[in-house]
Amino acid sequence: MNQVPATSALQPGVSGLTSDFASDQSAFKKVPWGKAMMWIFLLSDTFVFACFLISYMTARASTTVDWPNASIVFGLHVGETNVPLLLIAIMTFVLISSSGTMALAVKYGYEKNRSKTATLLVLTALLGATFVGMQAFEWTKLISEGVRPWGNPWGAPQFGAAFFMITGFHGTHVTIGVIFLIVMATKVIRGALDDQRPGFLTGRKGRYEMVETLGLYWHFVDLVWVFIFAFFYLW
Amino acid sequence: MAHSIYDAVSTAPPAEGPEMELPPHAHSFIGKYVFCQDAKVIAIQYAITATAIGLVALALSIVMRLQLGFPDSFSLIDPSNYLQAVSMHGMIMVVYLLTALFLGGFGNYLIPLMVGARDMVFPWLNMMSFWIYLLAVLVLVASFFAPGGPTGGGWTLYPPQVVSPGTPGVGGGIILMLVSLGLFIIGFTMGGLNYVVTVLQARTRGMTLMRMPLTVWGIFMATVLALLAFPALFVAALMMLLDHTIGTSFFLPSMLNLGEQSEHSGGSPLLFQHLFWFFGHPEVYIVALPAFGIVSDLIATHARRNIFGYRMMVWAIIAIGALSFVVWAHHMYVSGMNPYFGFLFATTTLIIAVPTAIKVYNWVLTLWRGNIRLTVPMLFAIGFIFTFVNGGLTGLFLGNVTVDVPLSDTYFVVAHFHMVMAVAPIMVIFGAIYHWYPKITGRMFNETAGKIHFWMTFLGTYAIYYPMHYIGFEGVPRRYYAYGETAFISDSVQTLNAFITIAAIVVAVTQILFIFNLVWSWLYGDEADPNPWKATTLEWQTPHNPPQHGNFGPELPVVYRWPYDYSVPGAKDDFIPQNVPPEQVEMLPGYAPAAKS
Repeated sequence: MNQVPATSALQPGVSGLTSDFASDQSAFKKVPWGKAMMWIFLLSDTFVFACFLISYMTARASTTVDWPNASIVFGLHVGETNVPLLLIAIMTFVLISSSGTMALAVKYGYEKNRSKTATLLVLTALLGATFVGMQAFEWTKLISEGVRPWGNPWGAPQFGAAFFMITGFHGTHVTIGVIFLIVMATKVIRGALDDQRPGFLTGRKGRYEMVETLGLYWHFVDLVWVFIFAFFYLW
Repeated sequence: MAHSIYDAVSTAPPAEGPEMELPPHAHSFIGKYVFCQDAKVIAIQYAITATAIGLVALALSIVMRLQLGFPDSFSLIDPSNYLQAVSMHGMIMVVYLLTALFLGGFGNYLIPLMVGARDMVFPWLNMMSFWIYLLAVLVLVASFFAPGGPTGGGWTLYPPQVVSPGTPGVGGGIILMLVSLGLFIIGFTMGGLNYVVTVLQARTRGMTLMRMPLTVWGIFMATVLALLAFPALFVAALMMLLDHTIGTSFFLPSMLNLGEQSEHSGGSPLLFQHLFWFFGHPEVYIVALPAFGIVSDLIATHARRNIFGYRMMVWAIIAIGALSFVVWAHHMYVSGMNPYFGFLFATTTLIIAVPTAIKVYNWVLTLWRGNIRLTVPMLFAIGFIFTFVNGGLTGLFLGNVTVDVPLSDTYFVVAHFHMVMAVAPIMVIFGAIYHWYPKITGRMFNETAGKIHFWMTFLGTYAIYYPMHYIGFEGVPRRYYAYGETAFISDSVQTLNAFITIAAIVVAVTQILFIFNLVWSWLYGDEADPNPWKATTLEWQTPHNPPQHGNFGPELPVVYRWPYDYSVPGAKDDFIPQNVPPEQVEMLPGYAPAAKS
């Protein structure tokens, strides 16, 4: 079979772009299937969170009664003083830090450094679990103060509804991420990725790319939190 | 260049990556036919499930028509049953039949075969997609047996009505409906990711994006739309579920229900409509784009002619897909939203008619001076052009605010959307089933039965929906159980309604012939030629018929040309398959190719 060298000089402009994108076997060169699929899934998930947040903004913008004051509602009493956004600052710090450990795990994964990858994955999972734990604490605090999905002492009933729904949905994402981090850490410790052992359910061979794919999900969950943080706590 | 073989190169680019790892061949019955990871089996599972639930929806439409055609003759149909039939008919047909059959059925079967892949990229995820879809269908069916029956709030599920006391199915039906939708979306996402990644990353050597058959383009773009549009429905369903079960007020304002003050306050029903139609309008194109793609291939193959304006067809699919996200509020002209929105959305709606019209012209120009063979698939393809143009033209009426306002919620709307997104795609589904039946089953269907099926269905649907336009112009509102004595409705409307009902029953009964033909031919039909239509695309070039697990035997095909090399001047055969290298094309003796310009 004759084989031609890669495409000759590309045409300038849009036609060059499309012909490059549309050329031969894969549109995204050298991108593994799992990674491409994760990116597209995250695009779809972005639309889910966008719909949630836009619905929340609509409710907040159109309500005729007062919206609870974020800096008071989400404040934490330290001794005698009410420190606004204290808990949420710690939560955000924890989650952003977990993105850092995740990125390092990906790096050591590609270097096939099993112990460091596994340690960092476990650390990421711990930070994620800490985040969910603090979220549970925040929920408990708000519930004890009388916030319910159908009402609250300070104003528009949509406050509790949107808050519990959106942070709950995000917390579910984090929890699923933590579960997968633990599964992946176990795989790494056992050497399943080095031996390319097939997965239990899917039967696909293990590869260190999987750590990166999981990392994409984890960074996405982080990024979504930044938006939730901005729209709920700073607005 | 009409005289050269389009886009053919004698060399194939090098392979870009390792071959797909397939799950091992299944040997047990359960592995082969039940929990199977082969996209072709999953496709058939999807198709059978979708057809089964679609027949339920067909029966529901007959329930509706019996009441409308012969009011007060059937004591079993009371107003609640009627509204439940309307709602479930719409929801099942749009989501559980058309979406699932086009993407889950045809997508699974055709994408790997047509792009030259051995399977979808993640077979296990693909299998889970079907099982979650089946679960969604079962939950939907369960809602028929819930206390109070399924929801009767219309397929659009508008709040506050759909969750307010007095509406049928407000107890369990609506909850099961919303749960079922959520499951459907989760299941679909699993499959949809597979379709998109397979098209983007797993094509065979030489199969560039601009050499893909339009079928794959249509299904691919529809899947992209679905992945971006279903999230809005998912969110809306979740929020309504919370409103109804734990008492949040996302969509429910404070109001009086049967004389009692409701516990909700401050919610916005309009928000639901925006979310719903942000899903709902792309959904129209999720159903239409695969139909556009498939019908292009049917027309080119059975008219023995290359598709007119292939590149334009691809760009039209992409343009329609993009525009479909900015037209949703044309479903809401009378909802009470800001009137300036109506102006904006009327404009975008009319713009989307441009790429759509390009496609229609190109189909007709492909037929022009083609060597048309009136096979059963071709009949359905031509039938599609008729019904689609018809429904599209009434769309121009309804896209304009001033014309839409008096026609809103009348039978004119019913006639419009049934013509454009019910009958037209169903025509393509029938045509596609007949077209690929010899490949899927390895046997030939009965041609005569197929032609009877076409003429009865085609003429029958016209008999059903044409009179509805007139009824709509009279201002007869849709979704009404009975009209009683109404000054503006003339007596002839009742006669027309009776006529429509009889036509609907005839069309419904004809479908029994179709299903009988499929089953009987599968068991007793003649063995089919591996390429009975002399088509060029890869699925007809498989070493086995029907194709086996892995699709293509030991070697994957290499693609040398676009999929529409029909009636190439000078070539011996009137078609050149995509995997034939130029030097192997048999030319007629004495043919001198025209000089390249």
